[in-house]
Amino acid sequence: MKTCLTAIISSLMIFSPMAYADKWSDQFPHIKATGDIPGDCSYEKMSKKNYKGKTLKINTHAIPVMGEPTALHAEQFEKLTGAKVEVTHTPAGDLYSKAMVPFQAGQAPYDVVFGFSNFINDWKRYLAPVPKKYMNSPEMKDVTKSHMGVSSWDGTMYQYPVDGDRHYLKYRKDVIDNPEMQKKYKADTGNELRVPRTWKEYAQMAKYFNDWDWDGDGEKEYGSAEVMKKDDLMFAAFFSRSVAYAKNPRTPGGFFFDLETMKPNINNPGFVEALTDWVEATKYVPPGGTNFGLGDEIGSFGGGQTLFSFSWDDAFIAAMQDDSPIKNKVGAAPLPGADRVWNRVSNSWENQYNQAPYIVWGWAVGVAKKSKVKDMAFDYLCFFSNGANHQADLAIGRFGVNPFKNSDFDPNIYINSMGWDPEIANSYTQTLLDMEKSNNRVFPLRVPGVFEFTSAVATGTSKALAGQLSPQEALDEVAKEWEAIVSRVGKKAVQDAYAVGVKMEDNKL
Amino acid sequence: MNFKHKYFFLFPGLFVLIGILIFPIIFVVRLSLSGWNSYNPGLDYIGLENYIRLFTDDPRFWESFFRLSFLSVTTVILQYVIGFALAHMVWKDIKFKRFFRVLFLVPMMTTPVIMTVIWRTFFHESLGPVNDLLSVFGVAPKWLTDPVIAKFTVIIVEVWQWTPFMFLLLLAGLLSLPKEPFLAAAIDGASPVRKFIYVTFPLMAPISIGAIIIRLIEASKIMDTVYVLTSGGPGTSTETSSFYIFIKGLREFQMGYAASMSFTYLIIMIISLTIIAKVLTKVLLKE
Repeated sequence: MKTCLTAIISSLMIFSPMAYADKWSDQFPHIKATGDIPGDCSYEKMSKKNYKGKTLKINTHAIPVMGEPTALHAEQFEKLTGAKVEVTHTPAGDLYSKAMVPFQAGQAPYDVVFGFSNFINDWKRYLAPVPKKYMNSPEMKDVTKSHMGVSSWDGTMYQYPVDGDRHYLKYRKDVIDNPEMQKKYKADTGNELRVPRTWKEYAQMAKYFNDWDWDGDGEKEYGSAEVMKKDDLMFAAFFSRSVAYAKNPRTPGGFFFDLETMKPNINNPGFVEALTDWVEATKYVPPGGTNFGLGDEIGSFGGGQTLFSFSWDDAFIAAMQDDSPIKNKVGAAPLPGADRVWNRVSNSWENQYNQAPYIVWGWAVGVAKKSKVKDMAFDYLCFFSNGANHQADLAIGRFGVNPFKNSDFDPNIYINSMGWDPEIANSYTQTLLDMEKSNNRVFPLRVPGVFEFTSAVATGTSKALAGQLSPQEALDEVAKEWEAIVSRVGKKAVQDAYAVGVKMEDNKL
Repeated sequence: MNFKHKYFFLFPGLFVLIGILIFPIIFVVRLSLSGWNSYNPGLDYIGLENYIRLFTDDPRFWESFFRLSFLSVTTVILQYVIGFALAHMVWKDIKFKRFFRVLFLVPMMTTPVIMTVIWRTFFHESLGPVNDLLSVFGVAPKWLTDPVIAKFTVIIVEVWQWTPFMFLLLLAGLLSLPKEPFLAAAIDGASPVRKFIYVTFPLMAPISIGAIIIRLIEASKIMDTVYVLTSGGPGTSTETSSFYIFIKGLREFQMGYAASMSFTYLIIMIISLTIIAKVLTKVLLKE
């Protein structure tokens, strides 16, 4: 009821004629679609702040993803408050160390640091908790429960929500829903052509639609675009494929580890099955697809080269932008599931359908504990994600800002301001909303030394994809490495941190 | 006379030497004896734990080292052969000599990371122009996704980028050679091949050794090409020592362990390059 009410109020604010033309949208064309939206950090409220003579230093990602909105909102913030904002752009791979090195040296060269939400455990001791006044703001109350959890550590919020991320399936609606294609597929394979419910169906369809020109544009198309390049977020793609086989709602107490013993689950038959599928997937990706990073995946699916893709929102938003050749020809759906799921307690397969959403890590931002301008820093972040900026940012795929507020799940936002087909807008928002409601979600691993764990997964799985090791051998190697890391970091430290994530997965937080 | 004050004049140089050379090495050694990482920042003392781990429980480091040896030796040999051929060509009086001399230097003057991004685009297996052209002949090599071919892709890019450096050193060497031995060989009626084998090549030996050693030192640090082209993949097939140290140090933030790898790597390189220099001197300067 509360969600509906928020959505209705937001819609009224967004689409009321008064909102479209106001003094703020005249000065700041970025928000021309909505005008200023009243709130604690609206343009109107920020214009009453006076930060003249103060400097805010921000370290953010390279342009465009997250870097462009950071710089844009910094410029707006300067104009409104009189502050001076210095923005430094850093490649994704260096965001962690660029903040961590001075943090560990007791310095704060940046007041605001952007990174990924899974940095939280390592960064939290150097970040200031989000003050109560922001926590109690209506904008914050609109943030989904999942993303409140992702931004917080055991109930304390250290990362200001500016983005929401999850992995879901993207598919070519003009093929999957095409009656002629459905008939042809049925005749050739004996199976139904539909949105794949399982990874096995996904593979069958991807193989069938691989390496021929199925959209008649004179170019060959392929089955699937996936992030398979080593160390380039590939571990997240692997976890997306693993959740269906290894996240069993009847065995709480840990997806990545058994929380009680801290024994890694990563090489159990559920994960091995997922990696076996993934190795098979190398046969239906475009040429060079096993070296695709996220940018390649976005370009490939967004450019109409493949039937399927799964990962962050970006490929879907890119496909739905006005300049896309496949605008309004794509659909969103939950990640495929599996016809069986591994029960790590009974050590056996359960032959029943299982699907689990993966609330993957995404962009996150915090304020340095040692910053001397914390108030201004939080005001900037609050302004960054105010109603008007957030709505405008959502519409620009390259910004990398994705839904994380309950009001974002109103399909009218996408229909009216972005020109999406109503059916697609509905499937998109419903997919995201269903993930929020699921009781079988997997959250990102957020333990001390998280990069050692994810790096081990990237190395092991890439060896399997390259044919250097079998899936079982590769994951045994990862498990061995994980055990060594746990032992180096300290079992208790990892266990305590992992318990917080498990509480979220087991719906106890 | 008392000359003690002369030592004061040594201080600026000594200070710079300590600041930029000695201190970093000492700091790396100290760091390598600590467990500094993301969850345990600080120079604690853990003895030789990192070194024991490196020598007993990290085959990936040694695999990456042998891969690096293969890549650097292969690229430097190719660079030497091609660089010598090009230098020899423009050493002679040919048309547009100046133009070619500048042209051959262009790859070295470009930014390695940017050029590698361009090479990656060239070799992109579905969007790149290389396979588009080769498809005319019905072939489409997996430049970046086949574990064996990917190594050769790295070699191609490295050779393209750094052959000009070899060319420059060897051309400078050729231009400084005395004319008399060549005149004597011409009077004796030596063919161009014999002249090259018995005059040019031996005279160029000292310069060749220097050029090869300098390039071997540089090639053994190969990092940006691997980072941009393949990220060490597919699997670990193009992962080199420096890239592996980068992953452990700046990706996984295992600073102490990365320092122990760096120091070990430094010692290995000093020993192996000394041996290589001695062997080359013995072989090429035997006469």
